[in-house]
Amino acid sequence: MIRFFDVGLDYRHIASPLRAQHPADATALASVSFEIEPGGFRWLTGASGAGKTSLLKLMYLALPPTTGRVELLGEDPSRLNRRRKALLRRRIGVVYQDFRLLRHLSAYDNVALPLRLARRSERQLHADVTELLRWVGLAGRLEHRPDELSGGEQQRIAIARAVVARPSILLADEPTGNLDDEQADRLLHLITALNRLGTTIVVATHNHGLIARYSAPVMELRAGRLVHHG
Amino acid sequence: MVKRGIPGSADRIGLRGAMSDRLLPFVVATMSFLAALALTGNFAAGQLAVHWLGGARKLLIVEVPDPGAPAVETLPGALKISRIAAVKRLLESSGKVIDARILSDVELAHMVKPWLGSDEGATFPIALPGVIVAHSVSPAPTIAALKKQLSAIAPKTWVESGQRWSRRLVALTTSLRACAFAVLILVALVAASVVIVTVRAGLAQRREAIEIIHGLGAQDADIAHQFAGRAMHLTALGGLYGALASLPALLWLGSLAAGFSESAGFAHADGALSRLRASFDVLPAVFLAGPLIFTVAAALIGWAATQVTVHGWLRRLS
Repeated sequence: MIRFFDVGLDYRHIASPLRAQHPADATALASVSFEIEPGGFRWLTGASGAGKTSLLKLMYLALPPTTGRVELLGEDPSRLNRRRKALLRRRIGVVYQDFRLLRHLSAYDNVALPLRLARRSERQLHADVTELLRWVGLAGRLEHRPDELSGGEQQRIAIARAVVARPSILLADEPTGNLDDEQADRLLHLITALNRLGTTIVVATHNHGLIARYSAPVMELRAGRLVHHG
Repeated sequence: MVKRGIPGSADRIGLRGAMSDRLLPFVVATMSFLAALALTGNFAAGQLAVHWLGGARKLLIVEVPDPGAPAVETLPGALKISRIAAVKRLLESSGKVIDARILSDVELAHMVKPWLGSDEGATFPIALPGVIVAHSVSPAPTIAALKKQLSAIAPKTWVESGQRWSRRLVALTTSLRACAFAVLILVALVAASVVIVTVRAGLAQRREAIEIIHGLGAQDADIAHQFAGRAMHLTALGGLYGALASLPALLWLGSLAAGFSESAGFAHADGALSRLRASFDVLPAVFLAGPLIFTVAAALIGWAATQVTVHGWLRRLS
């Protein structure tokens, strides 16, 4: 369950260390309200700069809203202490637009990281990690570091890392940007399979071809406002 | 292999590259060296004070002008003896004094040499008083009554107690120990500051990796533990190196201190090896455990400073 109640985000009004990483000139979101039921699927569309990434950041707790209230999996993050907020983050898988892989770790270690954070033993996590990497076509590249892989391969590692812990919410920011059609289909297949298993999914994309291949409600942002939801 | 913190890898967020493994141990080693010297100063001041105060407090110096002249007759018909002998006898019979000893002419000549410049056997241009050195039974003798008794048999006899000097010595020792303690605190603070600066540099260098791990749901304690483990290792090494480097200096100071002690071993030590052994005897056991103590202390400072720094830094993240 994801709920937004009249949420606004203004980068000028958030703490300076967080603001430093973001554009300082704009109200990113204004009066955004919506609800995604447990196990729901939403496409998130909008032009560049419309606020898609900002909306996702609020969902994966990278930023707090400057106005309004966010509710994720029945919890209000603003009321959680840091420990519980970290535990909530573990239930949210994220595919970042820029992959955000750890450069000094191998493909295997990058994918294993969420399971290690959840204190899964090496023996337990080995099967899941190798199976996922095989599934995304990187079975032979377990020990390669991100810099030794192509953009598409890095994106597939990012996808594997996001889903390996079977999150309750999966958020993806342009997940097919570096994938060919076959890989994009495989990703869509994985995402819909996760959705059928009960994972709530939000995919931000410009790819209308992708949207056309899987029928689901669309949330459209324009200049930081939700102009369409359904 | 499963470790505490973020399990599965010893270097999950690339700390080996992030935290300087050259600068930090070197600076901590320097701090450890200085701390060892300060601690030695503290101990040495304390030990010397104990040693000297024991004697100074009880010391009595009695000066008897015109020592060879006959003493005043205190009992009718008593045997006439010299003033200095009468004073010594009275001191011994008073019950308040032990070890009363008349200084010989040679000792007197040696004592006044800085002022009168006379050599042994020479005649002095002025008449010197006789001097008796004694130790009181009580550490804080009341000498007024004794003075009165002594003056009765040898007028103008002058008695000085070591009390006055011991009070000054206590004040000096206390000041020295306070200075040494302040240096220790300062050194610990500097070491902690260096750790903080190094950790902050490491955090800045690995900011992206930390943000990713934080975003994946790592607890602050997990991340802090990774940094603290590395910092503890580096500062412990620095502490150990510094303490080991200080040992020669401590032994040298020990040999100096041995000269003040009544250690028979040192007094009769011939040759460098024997004097080295005697220096070991003089040094308190705590200094021989110095490498262990400084290693542990540096590691604790490194661990605590890192924990505080990383937790504070992570608060900037949502």
